[in-house]
Amino acid sequence: MDFGFSEEQDLLRGQARDFLDKQSAPSAVRTLMASESGHDPALWSRMADLGWTAIPFPEQHGGLGLGMVDLTVVLEEMGRHVTPSPLLSSVGLAGMTLLQGGSEEQQAGWLPGLCDGSVIGTVAMVEQSGRWDARGVQMPASRKGDSYLLRGEKLYVTDAHLADWMIVAVRTAAEESGDGVTLLLVDTSSPGVSVRPVKSMDQTRRMATVSFDDVEVPADRVVGGEGRGWSVLRRGLDRTLVAISAELCGVAQRAMEMSVEYAKTRQQFGRPIGSYQAVSHKCADMLVQVESAKSLTYYAAWAVDEDVPEAPLAAAMAKAYASDAARSVTANAIQVHGGIGFTWEHDMHLYFKRAKWGETMLGDAVFHRERVAQALEL
Amino acid sequence: MDFSLTTEQARFRDELRAWLRDNLADAQSAPMAAMGAEDGVERRRSWQRRVYEAGYAGVAWPKEYGGRGLSLIESMIVMEEMSKAKAPDMINVIGLNMAGPTIIHHGTPAQKERHLRGILDASEIWCQGFSEPNSGSDLASLQTRAVLDGDDFVVNGQKVWTTLGHVAKWCILLTRTGSADEKHSGLTYLIVDMKSPGVEVKPLVQMTGDAEFNEIYFTDVRVPRENLLGGVGEGWRVAMTTLMHERATLGVALQVRSRIAFDELITLVRAAHGASGDGEAEGEGALVRQKLAQLYIDTEAMRCNGYRGLTRMLRGETPGPEGSINKLMWSEVNQRLMETALEVEGPAGMLAEGEPSAPDGGRWTYQFLRSRANSIEGGTSEVLRNILAERVLGLPRSR
Repeated sequence: MDFGFSEEQDLLRGQARDFLDKQSAPSAVRTLMASESGHDPALWSRMADLGWTAIPFPEQHGGLGLGMVDLTVVLEEMGRHVTPSPLLSSVGLAGMTLLQGGSEEQQAGWLPGLCDGSVIGTVAMVEQSGRWDARGVQMPASRKGDSYLLRGEKLYVTDAHLADWMIVAVRTAAEESGDGVTLLLVDTSSPGVSVRPVKSMDQTRRMATVSFDDVEVPADRVVGGEGRGWSVLRRGLDRTLVAISAELCGVAQRAMEMSVEYAKTRQQFGRPIGSYQAVSHKCADMLVQVESAKSLTYYAAWAVDEDVPEAPLAAAMAKAYASDAARSVTANAIQVHGGIGFTWEHDMHLYFKRAKWGETMLGDAVFHRERVAQALEL
Repeated sequence: MDFSLTTEQARFRDELRAWLRDNLADAQSAPMAAMGAEDGVERRRSWQRRVYEAGYAGVAWPKEYGGRGLSLIESMIVMEEMSKAKAPDMINVIGLNMAGPTIIHHGTPAQKERHLRGILDASEIWCQGFSEPNSGSDLASLQTRAVLDGDDFVVNGQKVWTTLGHVAKWCILLTRTGSADEKHSGLTYLIVDMKSPGVEVKPLVQMTGDAEFNEIYFTDVRVPRENLLGGVGEGWRVAMTTLMHERATLGVALQVRSRIAFDELITLVRAAHGASGDGEAEGEGALVRQKLAQLYIDTEAMRCNGYRGLTRMLRGETPGPEGSINKLMWSEVNQRLMETALEVEGPAGMLAEGEPSAPDGGRWTYQFLRSRANSIEGGTSEVLRNILAERVLGLPRSR
């Protein structure tokens, strides 16, 4: 038993922090926030050069053959820098789902592009109901010869405006017959696909509504078998939950550090505000939440890497805890900063908004606590 | 990152499990029984003796003093397995978790020889004399005096909140040998024979009606100089070892306790409402599900926090903030757990311990009341937040 990072992982963290300190400084993040796409292809390609996009994939498909624990290290650092990047969508959502359910042929065809960063993927699952579970998938796909015909709309599709392809969850059967969900790998350039970017509160993370107007998808693009898509997607989502939790840990950690730094230097009534327990105890509570969120996230990362039976439970616990922790830590961070923390000029709102995105994406704490309750057979 | 046990560790655990299976049946199990209950003392003493004879007490202590010279992982395995099996608590909690490790660290060879075995086999029970009526959180302001007179220290003063004081043979006592303004540097750590003339123990009845703690009065108590632990004026440093060990042990032990309480709470919920299991509970039911899930998540967070702290210690690093974090979390989680239990009980939550019609004989009511002490004992939540803010985050001192 060893519940710490290896020397290599510590090196990876140091390398990631150095890189992002230079390439993803607040000024660069703000430039991207104001840009139309919110994406910097040059930064993305440098991240790919560092191997970050290849971390959790098998070597035969161009990956580094590492796991979620390693990806966690990088994502924590990216959360720390609120780096705008499609890594979560491409490596997390799309990559992990394809890795969990794609055939050998599909993996050989689609993973190498994700690994070298030349191609970006994402997942489109949520619809008007806003549900993150299988029941939320109602968009139909009808079989027409060797193809499926898609018609409908998917919401909150992260980085859809950058994606070359997306895994689209559709309903091909009623829930009673298996999970009834089918995953289809769809080229964004297919006729009938239209991507309409929406304004997101967190400008460092872009989303879009994607419409499918009689989009024809060849049957060999089914990932994981017709009507058996949800179990595959769930595995992909659980891995992405770990990834989002890791990012939230980095967000919360940095917000705490900024608060502590400010509380040490800001003087009121002739003393640093950090000498008042009303302030310092808030910071102590941040520490409790940050450390516990990390502990649960690292445990979940290990659990999905080893694919132990409690992996889904571990992922749900990490996401539930990290969601609440990041929201609470960043909100209290604004409070510790007082008026300056509420300004556009100060960076704290970037952390607060990213925390809210991460809290909501793929299900909030209430949603995942219910999953925990079900896993415990309550 | 590896959560699994090595082959040897797994074998150690399996042997322990087998031993527990064979030996627990006749050792009556009552994990939630009150700590101070008279009838419990001898039962827990004889249980500890059996554990010691089987080689599971003080597994990380040096072999020459009755331990097994194993690592902290094996200690943790013992704690986890004992708790999972609902084994009775070993009687000598202060000896095993505080006095023993402090003597191993600071004691003379003669002190180690004299005391360690007696702690392990529970032939001598220990108590802790730190807190005083006017020195709770501000421990270093304590006033119990020790004055050197020939080859003895003469001790006068009063200690409070002394667990097991009424049955203890020895007390680890923090005294003032210097002046009051020397504060930390004026403290001296003594090992005191509780049977000495001038030691008087009075039970302290708590809001539960139970008396698990005591007050101890020292009147001209003579303590031989050889019972000095560390040097004169070094009491604070030695006491920190005691408290660090308390906190490190607590990091793992408290989580295990919470987990057991959680499992028992689930049993209570099922008895009260029946299992819903369909995830579609509405209204109050859904709220309780959310609370239960969060309690489970919190206990798991404490477990993982504890493991991370343990890993740092095994790698030879200074123990991280996890000890204080877990103590702070545990007290709040345990209070929330007991509040949830009484909520689940509904009107029956108004019944007292011992009332036959109360669920589980009213022990939830007892634990509910008892849990109010969790955020006070062993460092108040306020003091723990100060520790985290000042020593971990480096914020300026608040006083």
